Amino acid sequence: MNSKTLFDKIWDSHVVRSIDAGPDVLYIDRHYVHEVTSPQAFNGLKERGITVFRPGKTIATADHNIPTKDQHLPIRDQLSRNQVERLSENCQKYGIELFGLNDPKNGIVHVIGPELGYTLPGMTIVCGDSHTSTHGAFGTIAFGIGTSEVEMVLATQCILQPKPKKMRITLDGELHKGVTSKDIIMYIISEISASGATGYFVEYCGSAIRSLTMESRMTICNMSIEMGARGGLIAPDETTFEYLRNLPSIPGADDIKSSINKWKNLRSDTDAIFDRDLKFDAGLIKPMITYGTNPGMGMSIDDSIPMSDDNGNKASSSFLKSLDYMGFKPGMKLLGHPIDYVFLGSCTNGRIEDFRAFAKIIKGRKKANNITALIVPGSKKVEEQMVSEGLIELYKSAGFEVRQPGCSSCLAMNEDKIPQGKYAVSTSNRNFEGRQGPGSRTLLASPLTAAAAAITGRITDPREFITEENKVKK
Amino acid sequence: MPKVKFDILESTCIPLPFENVDTDQIIPARFLSATTRQGFGDNLFRDWRYTKTGEKNSDFVLNNPNYTGKVLVAGKNFGSGSSREHAVWAIFDYGFRAVVSSFFADIFMNNALNNGLLPIVISEELLKKLHDLIAKDPSLKVKIDLEKQTFTILSTGDSVKFNINPYKKECLLKGLDDIDFLLSMKNLITSYENNKSLV
Repeated sequence: MNSKTLFDKIWDSHVVRSIDAGPDVLYIDRHYVHEVTSPQAFNGLKERGITVFRPGKTIATADHNIPTKDQHLPIRDQLSRNQVERLSENCQKYGIELFGLNDPKNGIVHVIGPELGYTLPGMTIVCGDSHTSTHGAFGTIAFGIGTSEVEMVLATQCILQPKPKKMRITLDGELHKGVTSKDIIMYIISEISASGATGYFVEYCGSAIRSLTMESRMTICNMSIEMGARGGLIAPDETTFEYLRNLPSIPGADDIKSSINKWKNLRSDTDAIFDRDLKFDAGLIKPMITYGTNPGMGMSIDDSIPMSDDNGNKASSSFLKSLDYMGFKPGMKLLGHPIDYVFLGSCTNGRIEDFRAFAKIIKGRKKANNITALIVPGSKKVEEQMVSEGLIELYKSAGFEVRQPGCSSCLAMNEDKIPQGKYAVSTSNRNFEGRQGPGSRTLLASPLTAAAAAITGRITDPREFITEENKVKK
Repeated sequence: MPKVKFDILESTCIPLPFENVDTDQIIPARFLSATTRQGFGDNLFRDWRYTKTGEKNSDFVLNNPNYTGKVLVAGKNFGSGSSREHAVWAIFDYGFRAVVSSFFADIFMNNALNNGLLPIVISEELLKKLHDLIAKDPSLKVKIDLEKQTFTILSTGDSVKFNINPYKKECLLKGLDDIDFLLSMKNLITSYENNKSLV
């Protein structure tokens, strides 16, 4: 009876008070803030005449609304510049640590949090950004919130939140060559749909999850929201602890050894009950690609677009509207379809491993002439590492220009827009209509698939570039 | 957040019978650079409402003079995607006070409740019937009674109870604010912090 899931353990230990038949008052250990969803929250504090309750628990960065070129110059767009300046003013006024534009630690909020050691197992973490679920890879309860809730956390370090239901997704079996964690999560979303986990918090388990690196785990947790889940988490293990031990510093954790001993207890009890339990076989997963306008509309790259929607409804107006927007037809194959843009980056695939994976395929080759590539590191640290590993040079000699860090074309708030009607193979997380610019057509995929497309100029199975020994073909 | 009260609403409806309408459709990212909550209604459903050249798209329901009202009748999985509260601000600023669907995304639901926009979940069958009825008769009216938690199609008399968290219901009925409530608990929060550090 007392068995608990990992989610329950973390949640229950953060409840300051339960309201009868209402939400819980949940204490938040770490609050990440960025320029787009915070100004109205800071305005709210001002109007109430109150201050930030625990400024030391909030970390800020500018990432969504910044250019990825010439970052040393003033931001050209006046509204964007104003928003970034507001963030700096607010952080200064309330004593919040800011890794702003041109700071050597700047980057996408969900990339810098973990790499700077601010995300630690057992924490509750929120941010006014739905991809906050990324941090669940460390065994945290991390979820995206709205601006009113940002204001709540600034004002009281707490949030009013109904407790979600719990889902367990177990992935056993071995991954095939050329299949990445991006393909795993895209496969799961395509199986259960873009709303299949709404109302749930997901715990990912199984041997195929355990075998993944921390960066790959972050990619999986990151896209939990794309199946509607509030978040996703993975119990910390030796891989997690090794990642944390290798960080240059962990702010606030003086004794990492004793912390790790404590974190070893962060796991679901063996007989804990989940509201929903799903199992998948990693061996069935191939490189994935989306064909529609929500992340649930995905398939193996060598498949054909289905003839009907998830419910078998051929004439579904939503399904046909979506294919029409993409310029596709039911039953069509996508392999060989010409594309125009490739985007490598975002909080989903903007970490050093992603740039190494992409490099494996482009090394010694040339970018196709019809392709415009946006290569955007997730943070200054990632950029630095690309320099030290010689990746910037490698990309350059293959015809790719590497931009400066930011969210960039993932949501196209800045100038990095995909033009009307153009196809982009993108390592980001959302293929919504117009997500990468008005009229843009997004095909979500892994960094390997994006690299293969960048070289051939067409939708290409990345396994064509990879031999059985997982070596890239010369 | 604004203190908005909600009790009874009787209104015609604006139908949007598409599934998976995400917050990027409700308010595209390029309109998120503002630093206040006002004015987002002008860009509500921007890329559906206007053509590429900036003219009103006469095919889109918000540009159809036959449809007016304060109730948006949407499709399944409304409000998915980004956590941007700007989506709710845009819907509210345009003049809607309630959104009806068979299924809402979680963050959108919280954001709506925090801004006095009432999200009402009805069955897929009733939602389909409602869409069919509105297509035949754009002047159809619905009545929403928050106190009784009832949603009624006035012309047919179809009436169902909808669910809402009792705490949120109280907040909406009385125009109460979560932050005032949390601020009143600062001592409790501080004592939680003190005890937590001992664990």
